[in-house]
Amino acid sequence: MHAMTFEIHPASPHEGNRWLAKLFAAAFGLALPLAGAEAQDIHVGITISTTGPAASLGIPQKASLSLMPTEIGGVKVDYVLLDDAADSTKAVANARKMIDEDRIDVIIGSSTTPASLAMTDVAAEKQIPMISLAASQAIITPMDAKHKWIFKMPQNDSLMADAIAEHMAKAGIKTVGFIGFNDAYGDGWLREAQRAFTAKSIAIVDVERYARTDTSVTGQVLKLITTKPDAVLIVGAGTPAALPQKALHERGYAGKYYQTHGVANLDFVRIGGKDVEGTILPAGPILVASQLADANPIKKIAVAYVQDFEKANGGPGSVAFGSYAYDAGLLLQSAIPAALKKGKPGTPEFRQALRDALETTHEFAVTNGIMNMTAENHNGFDQRARVMVTIEQGGWKLLP
Amino acid sequence: MDGQIALFLLQDGVVNGAVYALLALSLVLVFAVTRVILVPQGEFVAYGALTYAALDQGQRPGSLWLLATLGGTAFVFGLWRMRRHLARNAVARLAVETLVVPGLVVALVAWAAPRHFGPIASALMAILVVTPMAGFLYRIAFEPLAEASVLVLLIAAIGVHLALTGLGLVFFGAEGYRASAFAEGTLTLDILTISGQALAILVATGLLIVALFAFFEWSLIGKALRATAVNRLGARLVGIPTALSGRIAFLLAGFIGALSGVLIVPLTTIYYDSGFLIALKGFAAAIIGGMISYPVAALAAILVGIVESAASFYASAYKEVIVFLLIVPVLLWRSLSHAPTEES
Repeated sequence: MHAMTFEIHPASPHEGNRWLAKLFAAAFGLALPLAGAEAQDIHVGITISTTGPAASLGIPQKASLSLMPTEIGGVKVDYVLLDDAADSTKAVANARKMIDEDRIDVIIGSSTTPASLAMTDVAAEKQIPMISLAASQAIITPMDAKHKWIFKMPQNDSLMADAIAEHMAKAGIKTVGFIGFNDAYGDGWLREAQRAFTAKSIAIVDVERYARTDTSVTGQVLKLITTKPDAVLIVGAGTPAALPQKALHERGYAGKYYQTHGVANLDFVRIGGKDVEGTILPAGPILVASQLADANPIKKIAVAYVQDFEKANGGPGSVAFGSYAYDAGLLLQSAIPAALKKGKPGTPEFRQALRDALETTHEFAVTNGIMNMTAENHNGFDQRARVMVTIEQGGWKLLP
Repeated sequence: MDGQIALFLLQDGVVNGAVYALLALSLVLVFAVTRVILVPQGEFVAYGALTYAALDQGQRPGSLWLLATLGGTAFVFGLWRMRRHLARNAVARLAVETLVVPGLVVALVAWAAPRHFGPIASALMAILVVTPMAGFLYRIAFEPLAEASVLVLLIAAIGVHLALTGLGLVFFGAEGYRASAFAEGTLTLDILTISGQALAILVATGLLIVALFAFFEWSLIGKALRATAVNRLGARLVGIPTALSGRIAFLLAGFIGALSGVLIVPLTTIYYDSGFLIALKGFAAAIIGGMISYPVAALAAILVGIVESAASFYASAYKEVIVFLLIVPVLLWRSLSHAPTEES
């Protein structure tokens, strides 16, 4: 009889906890409810690169934090934000600090692939779910005991490379010159481009590399032009990706230009000016949110985010980069209520349950696409998470 | 590769090399006079470039406030250093140098920035903003350490470099800028087209080398700097204020850095942290010149530029490796042909 009444009143075990806490609070005075409330907060640790070479990624991500949920499933969410300056060592130190001192339940970050890769070991060791904001597939593969704790927000490079290959094949392009960053981003893309292009029988006739800080790419560009490719694929992130395109233009290269989603911010267009008009690139749908079809479930979320972001940011900013952080917040919002049923925040059971809940995310719309996570796929995006866009009159235009 | 491509690469290499030459010269100059290896030289380049880019867009550059802050800090440091023997004249002079001069520069630039006086005026103002910073940095960070070992000075220089890079992010933001050229037009020589800006770089480098030569050869201050470089103690004994020599050397370095920045920002995108790698190539050239020889350093800088350009054509993935490998044989040769000397 006693058990019966207990089951009828609270709708969920979690509400039962609160009800119990209230009861205890009434019994034990004022100090306890404060301590009790604190112990139940969900602690989210964030380490992103708001300074250093990836600051153009980290700054809009930081701006998106104010839009993230402050309460999920009736429980307050506390955020701890640290800057890792895109330094792997610092990112790992931040992760350890937040796990040991702030007792976080989930970690978001970092903005770059190398830093995220370094953090995966800590997350697996401490058994804390980690949501990376960096793009490389290497962060979540191969799926083993370590990577089962790791999730990733940005679309896989392979998805984007396939989109480029498809577009090239349709445009009748047979030969491509590749010029990319001399780092993990360039390496990853070169591998994916080779795979995707071979499938469409497009040949890569020349591979050139350059560094983000280079002030001249004349040598590489001259070499590219001598191989006379139908199109050039430039693989860079942010404004440094404009340099090869400007140099190619200067030397009178007349073929098509393809870029990657790494350039999806307005600063790239500002630096590139009229030299980047007509460039074709794959991107997340967020970039052209207002041009999406009304029936697209992504449109509503994405348009709302863009408006809120511009309000929070005090003007237009790099929504494409900031949206990954926002999407991580949406993802938590969808997964945490299920986890709360299985354990209290701050306990290993809660973290395990959160990991399991993240993995079962099904047909969940975020600003970058629709997520369907499985035990094997911790990114969960399909072709709905990318569109082809071109640059027209200093803005982005959705290609059919 | 045909002759045309070789010519293009050579042109690109020489233009880049000319900028490296400017930086190599100022590195040699500062090292000779103050024994400081000027790691923050690259920041002067980036600051000059970004200040020019901001002025070019009609905005007030963030570096104005940095200049005012540095001036104020240098004033406080100066007062503290002469706290035992405060003389009215000395304080007045300090106030003019660290408060009035930067104040006037800030006022002038803040007034002129939104008025678009054209690229040449913007370039001059950018140089005017960045040059005094170098002098203040010397007063704040290096003057109190003037007698310390080269290693201590190097560590201080690295500290200044890291601080300036961080401040650069605060004042200019993470994104890069590119400005309009102040030398429009192109010169066509047969198949070779040289942009006006590239030509401006070559002319500026040439003029500056001649000016530096004249300065050291014929002016009293130049001779005093040379004397300080040859023998600090001796220079002091004959009445040359070595602290003043240090300030002048830093001011020259700041001027050359800012000028280089203004010259290259129309050709490429400059970020708050771009300067370091550019200066590092100037440093490689300065090392080839043994950190003492101006002509060898200048020629080596052109060589660095050409090697870089050729390497980016043949093996772009290994470009930086090839460029910096240049200094290994030079160091080997120097260590074999010169007896090791203990620093006194």
